[in-house]
Amino acid sequence: MVEVTLWGSLGAAAGGQSKLDIEAKDIRELFRKLSEQYPAFEPLIDRGIAVAIDGTIYRDTWSKELPPGAEIFLLPRLAGG
Amino acid sequence: MAGVAVSTTINGDHVEYLCQPDETLLEVLRDRLGLTGAKEGCGTGDCGACSVIVDDRLVCSCLVLGAEAEGRQIETIEGMAHGDQLHPLQQKFLEHAALQCGICTPGFLIAAKDLLAKNPDPTEEEIRFGLAGNLCRCTGYDKIVRAVQDAANVMKGA
Amino acid sequence: MNFDPRYSGRSFTSVGTRPIRPDGVDKVTGRARYGADFNMAGQLVGRILRSPHAHAIIRKIDTSKAEKLAGVKAVITAKDLPDLTDGDAAMYDILDNSMARTKALYDGHAVAAVAAIDARTARQALKLIEVDYEVLPHVTDVDEAMKHSAPLINDAIFTEGLEEKPVKPSNVTKRTQYGHGDVHQGFGEADFVVERSFKTEQTHQGYIEPHACVASVNPDGTADLWVCTQGHFVYRQHCAQLLGLEASKLRVTSSEIGGGFGGKTHVWAEPVALALSRKAGRPVKLVMTRDEVFRASGPTSATSIDVKIGAKKDGTITAAEATLRYSCGPYAGMWAEIGAMTAFACYKLENVKTVGYEVLVNRPKTAAYRAPSAPMAAFAVESAVDELAKEIGIDPVDFRIKNAAQEGTRASYGPVYGPIGIGPTLEAVKNHPHMKAPLGTNQGRGMACGFWFNFGGQTCTDLNIGMDGSVSLAVGTVDVGGSRASLSLVAAEELGIDYAHVKAIVADTSSLGYNDMTDGSRGTFSSSMATISAARNAIKILRERAAQMWDISVDDVAWEKGHAVAKGEKHGNLGKLSLKEIAAESGKTGGPIAGHSELVADGAGVSFATHICDIEVDPETGSTRVLRYTVVQDAGKAVHPTYVEGQYQGGAAQGIGWALNEEYIYGKDGRLQNPGFLDYRIPVCSDLPMIDTQILEIPNPNHPYGVRGVGETSIVPPLAAIANAVSNAVGVRMSHIPMSPPRILAALEAERERFSR
Repeated sequence: MVEVTLWGSLGAAAGGQSKLDIEAKDIRELFRKLSEQYPAFEPLIDRGIAVAIDGTIYRDTWSKELPPGAEIFLLPRLAGG
Repeated sequence: MAGVAVSTTINGDHVEYLCQPDETLLEVLRDRLGLTGAKEGCGTGDCGACSVIVDDRLVCSCLVLGAEAEGRQIETIEGMAHGDQLHPLQQKFLEHAALQCGICTPGFLIAAKDLLAKNPDPTEEEIRFGLAGNLCRCTGYDKIVRAVQDAANVMKGA
Repeated sequence: MNFDPRYSGRSFTSVGTRPIRPDGVDKVTGRARYGADFNMAGQLVGRILRSPHAHAIIRKIDTSKAEKLAGVKAVITAKDLPDLTDGDAAMYDILDNSMARTKALYDGHAVAAVAAIDARTARQALKLIEVDYEVLPHVTDVDEAMKHSAPLINDAIFTEGLEEKPVKPSNVTKRTQYGHGDVHQGFGEADFVVERSFKTEQTHQGYIEPHACVASVNPDGTADLWVCTQGHFVYRQHCAQLLGLEASKLRVTSSEIGGGFGGKTHVWAEPVALALSRKAGRPVKLVMTRDEVFRASGPTSATSIDVKIGAKKDGTITAAEATLRYSCGPYAGMWAEIGAMTAFACYKLENVKTVGYEVLVNRPKTAAYRAPSAPMAAFAVESAVDELAKEIGIDPVDFRIKNAAQEGTRASYGPVYGPIGIGPTLEAVKNHPHMKAPLGTNQGRGMACGFWFNFGGQTCTDLNIGMDGSVSLAVGTVDVGGSRASLSLVAAEELGIDYAHVKAIVADTSSLGYNDMTDGSRGTFSSSMATISAARNAIKILRERAAQMWDISVDDVAWEKGHAVAKGEKHGNLGKLSLKEIAAESGKTGGPIAGHSELVADGAGVSFATHICDIEVDPETGSTRVLRYTVVQDAGKAVHPTYVEGQYQGGAAQGIGWALNEEYIYGKDGRLQNPGFLDYRIPVCSDLPMIDTQILEIPNPNHPYGVRGVGETSIVPPLAAIANAVSNAVGVRMSHIPMSPPRILAALEAERERFSR
């Protein structure tokens, strides 16, 4: 079980919740379960989401493992110059 | 429109071309003669990327007509190195990393060459005002000024 | 893929040296080919007709006269770029921005285009196109656009992110919120509170090379695009989708790029050039004029920001809050959101809240500009931080050090930081001789901090070893400021050979796998990771080949300093084989030797900088002069330190221009009044002093060499550093950027009036 914090505009997709407990071992499973529970997430995931695992920001690489007890933040993907 | 026949000298070579009366020297160099080292950054004489020397005078080639080249001596970036020997300014620009994207570099080199021809031992302030007609958006000018200072020292010793 | 990206703490031979760049000679001799320096046989000249109105319905476009003009080969309108975006809203915006479909949304919006045999004919043809506009009321100011009375730019947009679903459309596309703790409670604990509103005007990246491309579409569905871009693979995806081409049949070659700074991360005229070529059946060269670049590419947001910060007497910040409104142009963006994420990222805060509003205006579509959205937020926050330090009576550097984020701090945008450089940059500034240098009359010193995320992303690199032992490196991230030199150093380092034997190029989209753009300071970070990985893959093969040459097990072959070395007692007499010797035999030992790598570079490592600047203000005219400037920034590991310094200096110079002079000026008619370098004046050589730099190296734990991105952060602190310097010089707090002479003079006069009363 990992605790996932939904950040910025993403909270609205989960009906205003900012924290969710989800049983997921990697990013793929996390995204799949999020989409199942909150269909509003699907287009957001399609557009691209960044995942911060213990402070380091990762892209949406499915195979990235989520260590138990890790702090997980979902952030919108950013633009850069 | 009838073309104008022009006979001129570019980088020491005799060149003849036909151009439209309203065609700029920059357009002639780039589009008719294939000398694309001079760049068009603005077309209004504000950026200096198209700098060339016409009879010992530094000009923006976008503000000169192709027809005005008749009988003149024109120097462009393509004529700056001698064979495989880079001009000291070219060498110092490389050593000091005085370029990032490099689009302004030909204009800066021509302008710096003109500056040093007229003032072989410029102060930093003289370099800064001497090159104020050339825009660079990458470097903040620091390394350009240092490269010109270093080249001036080398050229004095030569 | 077993690549281990962790920082190894190794020592370096090539990395950290300062050799001449591989593309250097071409660039000082005029041979380097940029966007406009390429031509194809039978090429036509493309030109675009642009709306003179800020907001207008396009009732009808009559192109018949233009089509009849001798020498015109194609005329297109939005009809020639049918909507193939299939519900993808962001792509639809890109399409509509390339060529207006039903409404012109800003002065300069493309409405039609022609391809003709020469520029003169093309210009004439544009004049013959008749567009029937129904002019609508417009709005260009970010605060005005938020008012209920403002003209609506898109009546299908309802603000996202509100608690209750809005019933009326709005120019505000989205509200976002970041932070943690309880700011209300935090402000209750404060002894001092500073609250202020700020505005920043819209600026342009100001790259010297206008957008330029040559497009060639063949009847068999294959196509070529030569273009100046920060990301040719992304341009390929976008153009292929908009034109209905198969991506792999559209080969995009990135020319040398004459500056981008974020502005060349987005397609503007490229889909138009391809559509013209398709219709004309000939190659089309399309080069924007400088006027078009200003009016119709992608400047950064204009902003309006409120900041409130509270602290105790001992200098501890108890709460920080900001509301940020960013203009997006006429299409939805996420610019305020990035501002809201970055605003307080430098500080350790128990209670922080930021709210961002994305605002539509009748201006060109906002694009990224170097650490997009961060400089404006930093201007507001760092100005308020300085003012608060003054009220408390504590030194502004000490105040920042006391509140600086550290490893383990929860960032205001959410996650917890790993090892970061904000504290060390502040300590370096505190001890810098610049801070102790004397100042004269009307001179002031200011300092400020800045933050940027840095990106990684999809990256692909090929490393091929020639039979003479030289190495060619093909990368897919466009080189915007010397990355071919840095990546060659990295390849040389990893293989253990001399830099002189490596030649790096940027490969086209048909020669290499997909790469994300060079944006988010990711070029050297990501491609160096892929280069290290590719080199390690090549070394594996080199060891196998050496094992064959020696006829021993590969397990007994190690790679050390550019050589295969046989390990173990029984191989004691075998000595070493150099890369060159192994390469020479490659034809017999299994063919060409190469290393490839495809990866997603992650863990880019956040970046911090602190700047110091001295300003002199002329109280009679309000004009300013930058006397001295120092940049201190963490690079993780500077691969080519000269080009790292160059990034620091260049970002600072852009920030100085933004702070003091640059702005988009719109008339009441909604038209841009200064679309040229004469009236939109970027800093020239005589405006600036030398820009001193200090590179700190706090290794990024997620990169084998400790590298962090360095390209963007340097533009974040200057706006505030200069505003703080002006305040310290003449005692007026400037809350509107740019601090042009008329604005400073007005502030000085208001101050004098206040005292004379």
